[in-house]
Amino acid sequence: MDTLVSFFANIDWFEIWLATGDTMMMLGGSLLFTILLGLPLGVLLFLCSPRQLFEQKAVYALLSLLVNILRSLPFIILLIVMIPLTVLITGTSLGVAGAIPPLVVGATPFFARLVETALREVDRGIIEATQAMGASTRQIITSALLPEARPGIFAAITVTAITLVSYTAMAGVVGAGGLGDLAIRFGYQRFQTDVMIVTVVLLLILVQILQTVGDRLVVHFSRK
Amino acid sequence: MIEFHNVHKTYRVAGKDIPALHSTSLRVESGQVFGLIGHSGAGKSTLLRLINRLETPSGGQIIVDNEDVTAMDANGLRRFRQQVGMIFQHFNLLASKTVADNVAMPLTLAGELSRSEIDQRVAELLARVGLSDHAKKYPAQLSGGQKQRVGIARALATKPKVLLCDEATSALDPQTTASVLQLLAEINRELKLTIVLITHEMDVIRRVCDEVAVMDAGVIVEQGPVSQVFLHPTHPTTKRFVQEDEQIDESEQRDVFAHVPGRIVRLTFQGEATYAPLLGTIARETGVDYSILAGRIDRIKDTPYGQLTLAITGGDMEAAFARFTAADVHMEVLR
Repeated sequence: MDTLVSFFANIDWFEIWLATGDTMMMLGGSLLFTILLGLPLGVLLFLCSPRQLFEQKAVYALLSLLVNILRSLPFIILLIVMIPLTVLITGTSLGVAGAIPPLVVGATPFFARLVETALREVDRGIIEATQAMGASTRQIITSALLPEARPGIFAAITVTAITLVSYTAMAGVVGAGGLGDLAIRFGYQRFQTDVMIVTVVLLLILVQILQTVGDRLVVHFSRK
Repeated sequence: MIEFHNVHKTYRVAGKDIPALHSTSLRVESGQVFGLIGHSGAGKSTLLRLINRLETPSGGQIIVDNEDVTAMDANGLRRFRQQVGMIFQHFNLLASKTVADNVAMPLTLAGELSRSEIDQRVAELLARVGLSDHAKKYPAQLSGGQKQRVGIARALATKPKVLLCDEATSALDPQTTASVLQLLAEINRELKLTIVLITHEMDVIRRVCDEVAVMDAGVIVEQGPVSQVFLHPTHPTTKRFVQEDEQIDESEQRDVFAHVPGRIVRLTFQGEATYAPLLGTIARETGVDYSILAGRIDRIKDTPYGQLTLAITGGDMEAAFARFTAADVHMEVLR
């Protein structure tokens, strides 16, 4: 017992508790905005893509290029490039509030592509049948496409949430706070192995929970 | 009534124009079951989808119940489509919705009925197709035949005047096919619904259709009442479909014919004549002998028919032939 206590000598559990809270807030906030922005963008990408309802080659090419640029930018670079914009939006580039804009900008194109792929999995026959019922395009999206793609969209949200967990850890570099920040400042820079282990285990638990909940939702909505 | 006036459809694929339907004029009377038969790529699917404008015609005019489908704007087209039901080969049910919600879908989309009115209508429809006990299930829990019944209930939800069937039985086993076709015939009779169906099986045409059009390479090559087209096909494509249905192998038939002596004739009986003891009577009275090489007794929709291929020897053959013709039996001399 004594050796265990001495091994975790460097750990300030209150600090860990605050950092966990920060990570959860960054994750929750950025996931919310990523879904709010990424879902419509994904639907738009799908509708404009070749041989779909609103086939628009130019719009699709433009959106696609934008998405690809944002996706090819390393997140760490995006964090720094985004600073002026972040300050404009949130008034600060530090802390949880300062981390959310770059997280959203980093994850939205990724999520939108996953949504596009999930929508493409919907059988064309279902779209045709809904058209044949006299549905408007908006009704086709809300009554047929989105409900049918729901398992795929939940899977996309799960993958995006987990990606965001690793992004939040990186956001620590620019002073965002959270578990990743703790791991870098104490675990890595001060060689406090115990802090490193605890933060990594907490992040692992978080990822596990997200994956399990996500998988359950996918199964629940699959109706197969 | 559905009318096509010089309707044609050309697809543009990779910079090249591919004609799917050559200029076609067509008329389907109200209350009729109209069958379109053709191999895949013959243009029947395109023709069917032109009726509710899932495909836009490249030219020509399509009139359904005095409304010009080709001239409708987006809103008009949506209202029109609510009056036209459609069922599909792969059912196209929403996996995320229950059976009841699938059937309710055209009604909720139209937004004209209250929730309780919709529930009542859905219950009626499920009772009609015999699926009342399955309302809360999801499509994945149903068999193919049950799924198509849900498809039919869904297509009938808005009380349409026209039902389009896109290879509705092609994914079903023979027994299920028979029961689904029976349901379609029942609906046609009781609701006075015009049905246009496409298929590649002559059997489907024979069981439910009043009129048939045979398609080949984007052209209607033969059209008429089913009994006429089925029993006396003229176009090679039609002949092939009929032979497929009767499982006749032409080269095998030629071998059989080569081995038998005498004249070979094909007799076609229809209606009451099918059950009359004609063959025996005429053979006895004219002294001819006959052997049956091939034969089939069946029904075209509700009319019984028989078709026999006979080898006839001895006796007074000419008199026998005259008797057959006099008895309203269609006779074809094959040799």
